Amino acid sequence: MHGNSQVFLEGISGFLGWYYVSLAAMNLIAAYWLWRARHLVGQAIFWLVVALFYMGYLAPMATSADPEWMPQMPALIRNLVNVSLGGSTGAVTYSVGSMVLLIVLYLGRRFFVRGQVAWGMLNLSLLALGLSMTDYNFYTIAAKPDNVPIVGLIFLIAFFTWLATSRAVENDDRIARGEPTLEHEGSEKVLVWPDLVYTELICMVALTAFLLLWGIGLEAPLEEPASSVKTPNPSKAPWYFLGLQEMLVYFDPWMAGVVMPSMIVVGLMAIPYLDFNPKGMGYYTIAERKFSYLTYQFGFLLLWIVLIVLGTFLRGPNWNIYSPYELWDVHKVEALNNVDLSQYFWISGMNMAMPRAPNGSSVPIQLFYIAQREWLGIVLVLAYFVVLPPFLAITVFRKYYAKMGFVRFMVMSNLLLFMLLLPIKMVLRWTVNLKYIVSIPEYFLNL
Amino acid sequence: MASGEKQSLGDVIRDSQIWKSIFRHPAPVDRRNRVVVMLTNFFLHLHPVSVKKQGIALSYTWCMGGVTFFLFLVETVTGVLLMFYYRPTLEWAYNDILSLRDVTSLGILRELHRWGAHAMVITVWLHMYRVFLTGSYKPPREFNWVIGVILLLLTLLLSFTGYLLPWDQLAIWAITVGSNMARATPILGYEGPGQQLLTLGGIDMITSGSDARFGLLGARFVGEETLNRFYVLHCIAIPLSAAFLMAIHFWRVRKDGGISGPL
Ligand code: HEM
Repeated sequence: MHGNSQVFLEGISGFLGWYYVSLAAMNLIAAYWLWRARHLVGQAIFWLVVALFYMGYLAPMATSADPEWMPQMPALIRNLVNVSLGGSTGAVTYSVGSMVLLIVLYLGRRFFVRGQVAWGMLNLSLLALGLSMTDYNFYTIAAKPDNVPIVGLIFLIAFFTWLATSRAVENDDRIARGEPTLEHEGSEKVLVWPDLVYTELICMVALTAFLLLWGIGLEAPLEEPASSVKTPNPSKAPWYFLGLQEMLVYFDPWMAGVVMPSMIVVGLMAIPYLDFNPKGMGYYTIAERKFSYLTYQFGFLLLWIVLIVLGTFLRGPNWNIYSPYELWDVHKVEALNNVDLSQYFWISGMNMAMPRAPNGSSVPIQLFYIAQREWLGIVLVLAYFVVLPPFLAITVFRKYYAKMGFVRFMVMSNLLLFMLLLPIKMVLRWTVNLKYIVSIPEYFLNL
Repeated sequence: MASGEKQSLGDVIRDSQIWKSIFRHPAPVDRRNRVVVMLTNFFLHLHPVSVKKQGIALSYTWCMGGVTFFLFLVETVTGVLLMFYYRPTLEWAYNDILSLRDVTSLGILRELHRWGAHAMVITVWLHMYRVFLTGSYKPPREFNWVIGVILLLLTLLLSFTGYLLPWDQLAIWAITVGSNMARATPILGYEGPGQQLLTLGGIDMITSGSDARFGLLGARFVGEETLNRFYVLHCIAIPLSAAFLMAIHFWRVRKDGGISGPL
């Protein structure tokens, strides 16, 4: 383990010391607030003890830079993470795990938005981050200057999701009791000067200070001069496009890089024209707009943010999956034996050779052979996009269809089907190693 | 001060001819003047005079649209300053960035610009997240949401085009990965499905020298033409478009009835 060398630990001990001191300060403030503003003495004492633990134990131990004493993520947990995320099934474990986590958070939202619980989870995740920092491999990724914003992004998304959900839970309770929502209560008018202008001023000053501190504390990266012959491995797109780059594992570039992004933009623009539900405008609610809420969270949190985190923290050389505590070993090989649907059909299913046009045949003949070879995939794709929407219109989405009319309903269902294409392709890849549903390399048309 | 009344320094300044000529009216300490200040000041007239209390509550808007706009201003100022030091050519680009770190005083200009850009991508996502979660795209605000989506796209493109300018390994390979996809554009990319459709008298119209990727890069690979193209897009075309759309975006916020709220 060259990772835990003394030099490395000494290099980060100062930072970690301050990190734990700030965690202590954070809990101290919380304890003070609980005591003075809420008169919750028991809870205040609890978080005071937590603060003392950070201050009196973790901070000095971290500054010691002694491998014996330095607080580290227990080896048991690191090994567990390495085994579950580092192997060839890492992407499956990670994606399914994230989905299960989000579902649990959603179903148990009433419990998880409680102040005590949310604060506890924040403490645990900050503690886990601190403990993981002493792992050289984790540190190399998380502290890479351009990755620091992603660590921030994760905490910001978590915080604002908590804020929005706690207000939605409160509002939903009030609506059920027939009372006005939190937002209905603030309907009296106030003057923009001073109420808004001062808030804006304070925000600007705080933000400027924050940017200055960030700029002084962390130097912008500059690597070696550009060279078109030395390809870095892995070659990663800027972090906000990593969701698209992750799609490249499952789709060809024309889908992952062109069709899907266009669909995302068109789909976002279409939202106001597809969501016909008049309720839930101007206040946080989940109960009054479950379908649109869940659809958006599925696309934003699971198919965008979770994939960015995957691309940043788990993708390494040759775009293989590495656990965050695992060394990026360039020679790690992952068996790739993905099979096209047409190969499954003709070779495994029919025990025949793949249909192939005789050499030198004309274009129509070639097209005929291609169609024969790929017929199953083509039929499935057509059924998916053409037959499924009307079927949905007369079954599960009958009410939606009645309200939306033909055009709007077809647009919505096709957009949703495009969105679902990614998880479907992922599952097919993981379960039956499916490469392409339709594979027409002659025309670069692989799906 | 003949009257013998004690005047504070602030009063003296606010009573001076210079101050009055700039701000056009006295300090807003009473209700009447607080209304008037919003109407007579150019910068403040973006705002209405009074708003619903919940519409400006931080727990409601998260202030993320405002923060995004402020970051855009920070990027504009630091960006203009950076342009003094940077030449977009293969010969100079990398060295200019290098000396920005080693030679220039106020050495955190580049940091402010880069971290501000990352932050802006994050805050624009959070702003969209809040607008969605409060259902604020519903009528009559549908079109402002559409303008927002374009602003989101422009923000990402601003960040993407800027990523290339330092001309280091990080820069060209990230842009290479990103722009390679354009090669596969259906019909218009030379490795895209249907590119065979565009032929004229048996001659392919879409080749690696004429496809969508070439249009983006100005060449078959990320090179000097690309640097120039991205520089112009990054410093002129995209910021101007974004500023234009932001003006409409803010105007629409007011015309659509101010920040959304329950009916
Ligand atoms: C450069 C990017 C953007 C800037 C500077 C910006 C700025 C703002 C500001 C200052 C507001 C006032 C309320 C608030 O702060 O929340 C606002 C409102 C709004 N924005 Fe944006 N925005 C941007 C991008 C977006 C995006 C990406 C969307 C959605 C896709 C969007 C949709 C809206 C809508 C619908 C409103 C009205 C919300 C309401 O009335 O509650 N904007 N924007």
